[in-house]
Amino acid sequence: MTNNQLSKINKLKMKPFKKLTSILATIVLGFVLFAFSPAGKVYLTHTGHIWFFAGTAMEDVNANNYQVAANLNPSTGEMAYSVLVKGFEFRRALMQEHFNENYMESDKYPKSTFKGKISDISKVDFDKNGTYNVNVSGDLSMHGVTKTVSSPGTITVSADSVHAKSTFKIALKDYNITVPSVVKDKISETVQIHVDVAYSKK
Amino acid sequence: MPVLGTAQSNMLDQLDSGVAPATDYTTATFKSTRVVNAQSVENLSEGVLDVRIDHRFGPVNEGGYTFFGLDEANTRFQFDYGIKDWLQVGIGRSAVPKSYGGNIKLKFLRQSTGKVNMPISLVYNLFTNVDALNYTGPRNNDFSNRLSYVHQIVIGRKFSENFSLELIPTLIHANLVELSTQKNDQYAMGIAMRQKISKRVSINLEYFYLYPTLSVTDAFTNSLSLGMDIETGGHVFQIFLTNSLAMNENDVITDRSENWLKGGIHLGFNISRVFTTYKPKHNSI
Repeated sequence: MTNNQLSKINKLKMKPFKKLTSILATIVLGFVLFAFSPAGKVYLTHTGHIWFFAGTAMEDVNANNYQVAANLNPSTGEMAYSVLVKGFEFRRALMQEHFNENYMESDKYPKSTFKGKISDISKVDFDKNGTYNVNVSGDLSMHGVTKTVSSPGTITVSADSVHAKSTFKIALKDYNITVPSVVKDKISETVQIHVDVAYSKK
Repeated sequence: MPVLGTAQSNMLDQLDSGVAPATDYTTATFKSTRVVNAQSVENLSEGVLDVRIDHRFGPVNEGGYTFFGLDEANTRFQFDYGIKDWLQVGIGRSAVPKSYGGNIKLKFLRQSTGKVNMPISLVYNLFTNVDALNYTGPRNNDFSNRLSYVHQIVIGRKFSENFSLELIPTLIHANLVELSTQKNDQYAMGIAMRQKISKRVSINLEYFYLYPTLSVTDAFTNSLSLGMDIETGGHVFQIFLTNSLAMNENDVITDRSENWLKGGIHLGFNISRVFTTYKPKHNSI
């Protein structure tokens, strides 16, 4: 037998073994990728900012909440927000009390939540800095009522954070919140909600 | 790939699981810093000024000549201010009996659930009354003789969204009493409650029991008031029926009130208007 023939035989003998290793390697690598790749990671924060404006020309009614819990799955675009209603801070203590007691009934409904999805998450490259326009839709639950909302928003990717922003409007009556006629000219029937959440990439 | 809905619920569950439980302070145990005459467990928030104008009309049993008491009225002006969420000071002036006074109200405990679980709210109130009537008695007309002090501990709890109750153990000290048989120190127990009947309206009841001392020689009538709180934006309007004409606590509790059953009932109201002088940097609620 020549050297050449010998090597051919060796190659033939090696083939089935090589195939098995490569399959195993793929499976192992697949698991590793699934567990550790950025695609499986969920971004999280507990210090998101949500504020709203519900006033009119007569009265400035607005409040801020800086303790918003939020997460975002960058591979699927799924996202959720959870807000303690009592965490909204008003300019006036009495306004805050009314907001909790008369409008949001925060003892009965302590939390407002949103769970939804960014439909065009594929547009966003989480490894490349920049601002991406996206669309979000999902279920907003507050005051015991769940309604579907959808809104455009932006995702700004930077080296160490992902910043999600959106502004949308809701109608108070959709959530069974009634404004008494005495203050009709001070409280708007539609409320503008601003969401500004910075997730850490780490 | 899992069903979308499930995945999204998981997203929300993940959020909640990571959150440390916060302390949830109970708010609006009472709607105002006063139930009728009694102090409630509520303090004004930091930077809030409460301007109160209180009226008590004459007794109903005066009949038609004074239009059932409505021709005449006792008035009190009261200015309360929240220096801190736990510290409130106030000054006031009553027409009948001519007196002025100041109080300091300290909040020691706040009812809460969650991280800190506290079943009650507790407030200490010290009211100092200065009698401003012309003095005709036999003694020297010293300023110190005109002073009376009311020490109160207000212990309250909001039992449900609609029902709140408080107890008010009280010590009243008068520097000078009219008769030698009277005691300078007197003890009383107040009880007050609030029942909400709609989002903005509640029914309030308040009663003071004066522990009988030698000063109470004949049948004494304690102060009993039944009222309603109506809330409209920045105002709380309190309207009630009471057998006490006075509004300064020392007289409400120790001075003989009139008899409800004999028509010794005064229509009264408190108007409270709050002003936010500044917004504190960190809102504690």
